[in-house]
Amino acid sequence: MGGSRGQESTVSRSNAHPGPYYPVTASLSPAEQGGFDRLLRSEYFVLILAVGCFLILAPFAPGLATTGNLESILTLLLPLLLLSVGQSFVLLTGGIDLSIASTVGLTSVLGALAVNLDQGWFGPTAWAVPASIALMVAAGIGVGLLNGLAVVALRMPAFIVTLTSMMFVGGCAIWLTQSKGVGNLPASFNALGGRTAIALPLTVLAAAAAHLALGRTLFGRWLYAVGHNSRTARVSGVPTAAVAVAAYALSGLFAAFASVLLTGQAETGSPVAGQRLLLDAIAAAVIGGVSLFGGKGTIQGVFFGVLFVRILDNSLNLIGLSYFAIMIVKGCAIVFAAWLDAWKTRRPLVRSA
Amino acid sequence: MDPAPIPTPLLRFEGIDKAFDGVKVLRSVSFDILPGRTLGLVGENGAGKSTLMNILGGNLRPDAGRMVWAQSPYSPQSPADAARTGIAFVHQELNLFPNLSIAENLSLTRFPTHGPFPWIDRKALHHRARELLGRVGLDAPPEMPVERLSAGERQLVELAAALGTQAQLLILDEPTTSLSAREIGRFFELLARLRSDGLTLLFISHALADVLRHCDDIVVLRDGAVAAAGRVTDFDVPKVVQRMVGRDLAQIFPQSRRSPTSPHPSGPPLLDVRHLSQPGILDDISFQLHHGEILGLAGLMGAGRSELARILFGLDPCRNGVVLLNGIPLPSGPRQRLKAGMAFLTEDRRTDGLCLEASIADNLTLVGLRRFVRNALGWLNRPGLADTVRTLRGAVRVTPSARDSQPVRTLSGGNQQKVILAKWLVTQPRLLILDEPTRGIDIGAKFEIYQLIRQLADDGAGILIISSELEELIGLCDRALVMARGRLRDNIPRAEFSQERILQAALPA
Repeated sequence: MGGSRGQESTVSRSNAHPGPYYPVTASLSPAEQGGFDRLLRSEYFVLILAVGCFLILAPFAPGLATTGNLESILTLLLPLLLLSVGQSFVLLTGGIDLSIASTVGLTSVLGALAVNLDQGWFGPTAWAVPASIALMVAAGIGVGLLNGLAVVALRMPAFIVTLTSMMFVGGCAIWLTQSKGVGNLPASFNALGGRTAIALPLTVLAAAAAHLALGRTLFGRWLYAVGHNSRTARVSGVPTAAVAVAAYALSGLFAAFASVLLTGQAETGSPVAGQRLLLDAIAAAVIGGVSLFGGKGTIQGVFFGVLFVRILDNSLNLIGLSYFAIMIVKGCAIVFAAWLDAWKTRRPLVRSA
Repeated sequence: MDPAPIPTPLLRFEGIDKAFDGVKVLRSVSFDILPGRTLGLVGENGAGKSTLMNILGGNLRPDAGRMVWAQSPYSPQSPADAARTGIAFVHQELNLFPNLSIAENLSLTRFPTHGPFPWIDRKALHHRARELLGRVGLDAPPEMPVERLSAGERQLVELAAALGTQAQLLILDEPTTSLSAREIGRFFELLARLRSDGLTLLFISHALADVLRHCDDIVVLRDGAVAAAGRVTDFDVPKVVQRMVGRDLAQIFPQSRRSPTSPHPSGPPLLDVRHLSQPGILDDISFQLHHGEILGLAGLMGAGRSELARILFGLDPCRNGVVLLNGIPLPSGPRQRLKAGMAFLTEDRRTDGLCLEASIADNLTLVGLRRFVRNALGWLNRPGLADTVRTLRGAVRVTPSARDSQPVRTLSGGNQQKVILAKWLVTQPRLLILDEPTRGIDIGAKFEIYQLIRQLADDGAGILIISSELEELIGLCDRALVMARGRLRDNIPRAEFSQERILQAALPA
């Protein structure tokens, strides 16, 4: 007598689970692993890469190690970190959020229009700045919620949903400003992003909150469970739909945070504010160890990944490589990171027969 | 393919050694596979069967020893070498592509083409398919996509594919776990025919009675070494079990602590199912489950047992009917039912019982996480969680050598199942629904799971256990329901258990 439901496919394998006769390569115990092996597996590998990149390229990149340049590295690193952290929530569930750059643009525009000193919606009042930021945050969460609901309730693939919202939201942003930037923003608003002394602690706070949420809270465990196997999670009592929607909402929220910084730095609300950062954000997360299949990754790793991407970008720029050459190098780095992720998964421990 | 006049072994293992991570997985394994005969290979999970098959199939190289195929040395460097030599595998997890047709699956490695052009010759493809299907006795059109076939039919396709490679040695790994009773019968008839055609078979299975009935010779592996070998006529099931586990399992099915004549605790039933119906799946199902009772649910594949279980746990909707838990209607959704004290071990532990890449600790704590929340932010009590992991591992005896942080996929099937059972115990469920809890598990782990189930029932929980193994149902349950085609056909108390009665009710009228 058998038990399988007739229609369902019996070929059901999780991504990394090997079949019965999986070609097992001889695996070494940690003590037997060579130094290189341990290095590759270390969670600090990317940090070492980042520092190594800096040191190796310093002789070739004029001005790399100057304080001015270091500050410049930091300036773009902070919003990128926020974007990558937000993206990580979604990646951990096994999804992806392609709309973050557009969300940055939309919230930048909304915030600028609201706080603008000439004709801003909230006028030059005392509460204009906080209210505008609140508006940006709400808009970011709103986009995230729409994404999440479409993915969960309509059961559409995240790629398609967020690609569509990227176009829609981006279009909205451009329409709102007729493709023009919105300048003349109050100094207090600009300082949030423009002054590193303020932007840095705010960013660290947000990233630390994310780190703690993932590592120490119920929500974090649920998020990882949904990423590993959402069916098991559902059977085990995890509110998988709510968790997934929350992940997208958080991505939108962090995009709004990044937008606050970017708008302040540029002192202008622009519909294309985050445009070039989408791929960098995903790249940084993947290089930092967040698996595209879900269930794996830490904020610490994301930070290292962001550091690496930022240093790479900056130093290659200073060396004088063209935009395209830099893209090629970044692409190779992502491929290497993805290969490393797969390699680490494939090196099995002893599998019982 | 004619058997040699003198019985020189078709395949001989000589002193095969293999170690992983310094742990010896195979120790000096030596035995022969004689041509034209069927050899049964049995052993607990972890005994080394898979590793030995990996070596035979060219996936692994032995550390020491050698293999001899028809008197010449055989050392495959890849699965292609093994296939070329004449060895074909039919795996437990079928390697078919469900979106392709039967004919395409059968000729996957060598499509017949029109002459030198790379156009597929569909007529030749289907002709070949029909020929192979005829050999295995499967009456299905070659164009049919494999996803429309039942598990038993798919296995016949795999067998046909193996035969299509002109293999001399056919290795069957757990072939009967997903088959219905009728399909099992057909399967062994087919095997008998293949044997009379002169094919040599290696039959790996946990169904010891089947092995003894249908094989000529038997080899028992224990802890990587050959614990016993010989003709099947010299063995019986208890003797094989004893060789497999190295100790006498006096009783495989533990006895209840309660006296056998005492009736079930009186009072309202734990679970009261009334007229449950879902078009196309269930038809007017009504039954009761009492505290401390182990209720079996028997039936053929497609009878609706797993569907009933999923509906009871709230994973799938149900149009009509009422289900009362301790007299109160069940809330909707698995989360609420979990809170109400229900637990559900699903049929396929890999797809929805475990997070395979997550650690043992994470899997163990998944269901009970809420109990360790310290404040409104969801902050977790990590030391408490670590304590719980320790307790649970001890309670169900998960492999002591495995670290908590190891991914759960590194455990054997039996240990994985114990992890799933343990994760539900955190919530101290009053009602457990177990769907095929011992499928694909070796005898030692089965015994431990039976003990756990019995323990839970003796402590007052009600257990609904779906099983396709009649011996298991008869040995473990206090009562058995039999389903067929979505309806409840029989309700058998323990005193009236018999294989015939269960099968009779399970067969569609």
